[in-house]
Parts: sequence; structure tokens; C-alpha cells
Amino acid sequence: MDFNLSEERNLLAETAGRFFARAGGARALIDNKADNDAFWQEASGLGLVEALLPAEAGGLGGTAVDLMLIFELTGKHLISAPFLSTAILGAMPLWLSGAAGNQSLLAGVAAGRTRLALAAAEAEARYDLSQVDTHAERQPDGSFLLSGHKAVVLDGGRADYLLVTAKLAADSPDIAIFAVDTRAQGLRIRSYATIDGFQAADIWLEECTGRLVTDRGGPILEQTEAAGALCVSAQAVGMMEVMKDTTIDYVKTRKQFGRSIGSFQVIQQRLVDMMWEIEQARSAVMLAASRLDSEPDERDRAISAAKSLTGRTGKMVAEEAVQLHGGIAMCWETEIAHYAKRLVMADHLLGDSDYHLQRVMRLSR
Amino acid sequence: MDLNYSPDETAFRDEVRDWLKANLPEHLRAKVIQHKRLSKADHELWHERLRSRGWLCWHWPVEHGGTGWTPVQKHIFEEEMIAAGAPRIIPFGPNMLGPVLIAFGSAAHKSHYLPRIINCEDWWCQGYSEPGAGSDLASLRTRAERQGDHYIVNGQKTWTTLGHHANMMFCLVRTDPQAERPQKGISFLLIDMNSPGIEVRPIVTLDGEHEVNEVWLTDVQVPAENLVGTENEGWTYAKFLLTYERTGIAGVGYSKQLLAQLKSLSRRIKQSGRPLAEDPLFAARVAEVEIDLMAMDIFNLRTVSAAGQGKAPGAESSLLKIKGTQIRQRLSDLLRQAVGPYASPYISEQFDDGYNEPPLGPEGAMTLGRQYFNLRKLSIYGGSNEIQKNIVAKAVLGL
Repeated sequence: MDFNLSEERNLLAETAGRFFARAGGARALIDNKADNDAFWQEASGLGLVEALLPAEAGGLGGTAVDLMLIFELTGKHLISAPFLSTAILGAMPLWLSGAAGNQSLLAGVAAGRTRLALAAAEAEARYDLSQVDTHAERQPDGSFLLSGHKAVVLDGGRADYLLVTAKLAADSPDIAIFAVDTRAQGLRIRSYATIDGFQAADIWLEECTGRLVTDRGGPILEQTEAAGALCVSAQAVGMMEVMKDTTIDYVKTRKQFGRSIGSFQVIQQRLVDMMWEIEQARSAVMLAASRLDSEPDERDRAISAAKSLTGRTGKMVAEEAVQLHGGIAMCWETEIAHYAKRLVMADHLLGDSDYHLQRVMRLSR
Repeated sequence: MDLNYSPDETAFRDEVRDWLKANLPEHLRAKVIQHKRLSKADHELWHERLRSRGWLCWHWPVEHGGTGWTPVQKHIFEEEMIAAGAPRIIPFGPNMLGPVLIAFGSAAHKSHYLPRIINCEDWWCQGYSEPGAGSDLASLRTRAERQGDHYIVNGQKTWTTLGHHANMMFCLVRTDPQAERPQKGISFLLIDMNSPGIEVRPIVTLDGEHEVNEVWLTDVQVPAENLVGTENEGWTYAKFLLTYERTGIAGVGYSKQLLAQLKSLSRRIKQSGRPLAEDPLFAARVAEVEIDLMAMDIFNLRTVSAAGQGKAPGAESSLLKIKGTQIRQRLSDLLRQAVGPYASPYISEQFDDGYNEPPLGPEGAMTLGRQYFNLRKLSIYGGSNEIQKNIVAKAVLGL
């Protein structure tokens, strides 16, 4: 057993951390200047996108540990660039399906030229990606026409290609995955900011042309979802650590009743609870990373445990950090406010704490 | 024991309900229900309607132009206003300053300011908190020095709700920095917001909204007759006012409204094709908070009823504030959770008049993320919940 990281990994974390620190963190969100093309280009130039992709996808890493490391840092620095949407949720269905037609798209991703988004969730399904009403009709020439509505697609408004899930027949249990060029006809994209400084879009397809990536996409979608949930959980841990440290610094300096509020036992004990819950969340994320490539039930039990726990703990940490800061945490100008928003809203990505709690209930019977 | 309203109280409730039905403008109701931004004119229109019925200053005794209602009637009025979707009464003049002036103001204050509040001529704001004086309000440092017929005021106030609409501010200032306790040496001043040396700066909150402000005071001249009560005794009046601030802070009516919205949404939202309301885990989460609310409703009525028998609410209002804000925050949390992914779109323009894009997700969903973050303030303002617990520990438990 070894919880230490290899020297290579430490180096990667160091490079990524230094680079992300330059993105401006919460300050960029306060000034509404988060993310831009140049940053994404530079990130891929440094190999940070390749670090999230395995060799078969033209990358140099892509293991669960790589994902955990890098996404903890995107959390810590409040990065808004499309690491999750492009390098994980968009790219995984492409390389997991192994189809030859995907290589040029993947090369574009690794080089930072191409942005992707996974258009899987639907309005009536909430977090259940296996429930798909979008359907695809095969045309005589072998292409497909897709129709349906995809809900709150992360980075959907700035993707070059969408990975769209659809049914080939209404009664089929199989889910097919298509690549759709966002310039295609029949596509309507309503893009908007999210409350935590990301971008998302609702997308309507009306007989929109798509290229079939796989017609047996169910297991691929589940593996992608699991990896995504691991990334979001790691990201949450990164945010929690910053919020805890910031709150500790604040209670040391904030004086009321003639002394620092950190000298009150009631405050100290709440920070101890916070610290310990974060350690629990971190451990759950490590377990999830170690099970990402296990057989599906074992994988999902560990992934859901991590996603449920980081969702629950994240809300507790965000609410406590805001409460212990008091009114100042309610201001747009305060960095902790932007961490609080992104941490709470992380629970709305890829299944919330109760959604994953119920999955653990099913898988632990 | 009888937990039901008497026939008289029921008749009063029906009277309030009928009046609201006939007099609450539909466009205001719609804005409140849809969580849209209310303009200054919207508030003024609603204040004017209430004024015409004699209900704007419903807290006040009859001899000062109020209603003289019993505590139970006041409770019914508050609940019906919220249930009808009425805009809240901006409390600073009618609910806060009015009772202070009635109790402690000079004859001149009463004859000048009270009619102006009743007739909606002044918009008051509250100058209490400072950057360094939050939970520890008594440590406030805004200084007022007496020079002849005036006080010269210097300092900074913060969290001034709707201060950008106000023409008057009641303000806590330090008049004796040498007093042996910080609570001594504070005075209660009425300040004209149009005085030279006052600057109101907006504070944008984490949900992107502007409701609160900083107020900077530089060599502001305030006539000495604007002092309320006795110099250096302002803390007594400030505390008296805070008990009024805390009565409504339990927000039982708001919580009932949130609970109704939550249940209605969870019947319509589908998870894997089934209504969320049928998800046993989610249903349990809702039921838990519903039980809390049922119980607190009764605790609230016990307090109201005791007040009707002449027992002034003491630490009960602290208990109500703690539990009431916990329940309301939990409901806003479950509402955010209920709409799932659709809690995240943030389209600021949707809260303005004239926004006509179709909504995304279940009805009202796009306002629920913002509401959750906005309502974090409940456990912070009006004396943080930690301070309320200190009050209870001291006053009730004798610790």
C-alpha cells in the first residue's frame, strides 16, 4: 500500500498548480474575466490536456490519479476553462468507443483546438442519463438525423462538437452516442452563464445531422459519468481546502468583543468539524479514484460514495465558511463568496448527494 | 387549550384576506411570486394602498394613527400579507423607527415624523452596522461631536438596506468615547440623507443584486434637536428597536409559502420519469422540515398569545429567529436541490420588467439558486444566530 505520488505526478501537480494560479482564481470571477481561448491554448501547450487523456486518445496520462490531481487544482484555483466538458465528458465517449473516425477530433482536443461538450441530460430525467427521449433516424446514406432537447449542457454554448445521446428506437435499451458539429443545421443553442461562473446551454435538435460514434453507448456513458463524478468530487475537495484555510485566517484576524473571534471555543470546534469532514471527503475521493477502472458495481459504489459525501460536505463547508465570515461573505467582491457558490453548485453536476446516496443504497444491499 | 382562532379572529382574517384580494395590484403580486426586482415606485404604490386603508403603520397604537391591533391580529395580518403575495412593508419607518419615537421621541419628533411615516413622505433607512461592528454592535465607532446647535458626524455604516432609496436615516453614533462600557456613550440620531458629506455606495451581493449599501459620513451636520431621547442612552432605544426587528424574523409565513412551492414543484419535477414527490428519500427530506415548521408555527402562536396577555417577548424572539431562519434556509436548500440542474442558469435580466424569454426548466426554477445564496443572510443579519444563542444562554439558562 502506498498513498504517495510518484515523482512524475508531483511534478505534474506542481506545473499545473503554478499555471492555474496565474488564471486569477476568484478575482477573475469577481471581474467577470474567467476563461478565455488564450488560457485554454496555453494549458494544452503545457500538456495539461494531454495529462487527462490516455495514449489511445493521443494523450500522456488519463489515469484516475491524474484526474484526481488536476481537478483538485482546478477546484483550488476556481478554473472555469473546459477541462471537464472537453477533456473528460466529451473526449471519453470518443476514445472509449475506439472508432477510427474519432481520431481527428481527439487530436484537436489534445492540441487545444477543439472543444467538446456532453449533451446527455434531459429535462424530464433530472440526473438520470440513462433516460433518453432524444431519438435518431437512420438515413438512406447512412447518416443520422437527431431530434430532442438536452438540458443544462456544461459548456454547450462554446463547444465545437457535441456528444449527443439518443435512442435508435424508442423501445431499445441501448443508447447511441453521436458527434454533432455545432454549426450543423437544425441545432438551436441557448447559452447562458451559471450562477457559479461556468457556462451552460439548453440545446434543441430538430432533424440535425449527427455522426454515429457508437450504438452501444450505455456502458461507455456510465464510465464517462463515473470519471466525471470523480473529477467533480476532487474539484470540490480542492475548493473546500481553500475555504477552510481562508476561514481560519479570517477568524484569527476578525475582532469582535475585543478579541479575535477565533479565540471562542464555539468557533474553534466548528472549524475542527469542518477540517475533519474535509479529510473524510478526501479519503472517499481517493477510494473512488482507485476504483474507477473496477467492474461497474464496485466502481459505482465507490464513485457514488465520493460524490455523495463531497456533495454533503461541500454544502456544510460552504455554509459554515459563509456563516463564520458573516456579512462580508455575502458580497460579490469577497473571494469566499465565489468559492461558496461553485462548491454548492458542484452538487448539481452529474448527480447530487441524494441521487448518489440512493445509488449507494442500491449497490450496498 | 384551544389552538383555533376565535370567531372574531376568523372574521378579522377574512376581512384582511378580502381587502388584499381587492387591493393588491396583480402586477405587484406577480412580481413578488416570480421573485422579480421591485422598483422604488412599486414599493411606494403598495405603501400608498396600505396607507389609504390605515394599515401601513399596523404596529402602532390608535392614538398615533395606528391600528391598535392585538398581537393575534398582528400575526394574522402578517401571515395574510405573505400568503397573498404582497410586497413586504419596508419596515424601517413603520415597524422600527415609529415605535421608538412613540416610546422615546420628543413631542416635536412625534408631531413631525410620525405623520410623515404614516403618509409615506419619508423613506427611512437603518444606520446600525459598521465594518468593525457586526455581532458586536456596541463597538460601533461612528463619531458624533456636539458643536453648538449641531452634531458633527464622521464614520461609516454598512449593510444599509435600500439606503439608495432613503431620504432619512436613523443612526447609532458614539457621543462619548470615554464611557466605561461600550454600550454607554451611544446616541440615537435622525439624519437627513441629503445633508452634505453623505455618500451612499452600493454593495453588490454574491447573487449579483444591489439591495444593501455602505453609507459614508464626512463632517455631516445634524441639528441637535434630531437627537432621540437622552444623549449617551441610545443603546436602550437601539435594543428596543431590535426586539421589533426580531418579531417578524421567524418568517413562519414565508416558510409556509416556500413549503407550498416545494411540494408543488416536486409533484411536477420528474426524476427518471417519476415525480420527485414519489422519491422516498426526497419526500422524507420535505416531511422533516414540514414537521419542524408545524411545531414552530405553534411556538410562534404561543409567543403571540402570551404577548396578548401582556407578557413581552424576551428570549422567545431569539429562539424564533434561530429556528425560523434554519427552517427557511433549509426550504430554500431543498428548493434548489429539487430543480436539479436547472438551479444553475443565472440570467440576471429575467428579474427585470419586460424580460420575455421563455423560462428554462420547471416554473420558477431559475430563481431558486439565487434565492438559496441570498437567504444565507438570514442567519447572519438581525443579530447572527450565534449571538441569539448567547442571549438565550444568558437570559433563559442563566449561564
